[in-house]
Amino acid sequence: MTTTQSAPIIPSFDEEETGRTLAIICSKGNLDMAYPGLILANAALGEGIETHLFFTFWGFDMINKKTMGDLKFTMLGNTATHMPQGLGGLPGMTAMATHQMKKSIEEIGVPEVPEFLQQIVDSGGHLWACRMSADMQHLEEADLYDEVEGIISASDFIEKTDGAQLLFI
Amino acid sequence: MPTTTIDNHEIHVDDEGFMTQYDEWTEDLGTVLAAQIGIEMSDEHWKAIRFLRSDFPEHGETATLRRVATVGGIPTKQLFTLFPKKPAKKMAYVAGLPKPRGCV
Repeated sequence: MTTTQSAPIIPSFDEEETGRTLAIICSKGNLDMAYPGLILANAALGEGIETHLFFTFWGFDMINKKTMGDLKFTMLGNTATHMPQGLGGLPGMTAMATHQMKKSIEEIGVPEVPEFLQQIVDSGGHLWACRMSADMQHLEEADLYDEVEGIISASDFIEKTDGAQLLFI
Repeated sequence: MPTTTIDNHEIHVDDEGFMTQYDEWTEDLGTVLAAQIGIEMSDEHWKAIRFLRSDFPEHGETATLRRVATVGGIPTKQLFTLFPKKPAKKMAYVAGLPKPRGCV
């Protein structure tokens, strides 16, 4: 049915200032576990939501200059590949699975981790590194992705994201 | 599908006001749509909108922010400045296209 509106319909893009904030804790360093946080952060930023990412434990691999471009995907312990678990332990399988996943991700136009982080920062997102993880791995700011705003404690992060919705990945 | 009258043009829109007929759009209409969401069009704005318009028929869907940045050559930061807060949706609205479907 066609209805004609006398007043124009205008989307309410900025109608209500909700002050919504999203805090995402990235604690995994596997390639497949890096993307959910990045994608959600990117989506939130595109909706005008203030977004902070906190990299901790293995999530540090995502912002460590040495590892960030070389995250891996393994079939081991991941039944979602629907392959026999033993296969994942064979030599070369992790490399193959990683290559395959990177290819699939690239095919749908999604960037690799370092470029994705840049996109998030360009969209106004904030990146924070976990103090304890840095100490554990003997890393300093110079070892981390340049756009990381600082190495902060867990309590600092909780303070910074007061009232935020929180995602732990 | 509702229709609405903007600037003396009767256009087909969805429930949120996004235009649904590619050919009903003109640049004049784009200027009016932009004004409705508080955007005054500049050459930089047009560059983004023209990319979206030309990309849509080729690609079959509205370009995501990333596509406007990487293929259209307009940096992400600039898109957030030109179309504050929700650049992808605002650009799609002004360009008379559906909201982008892609996640990234």
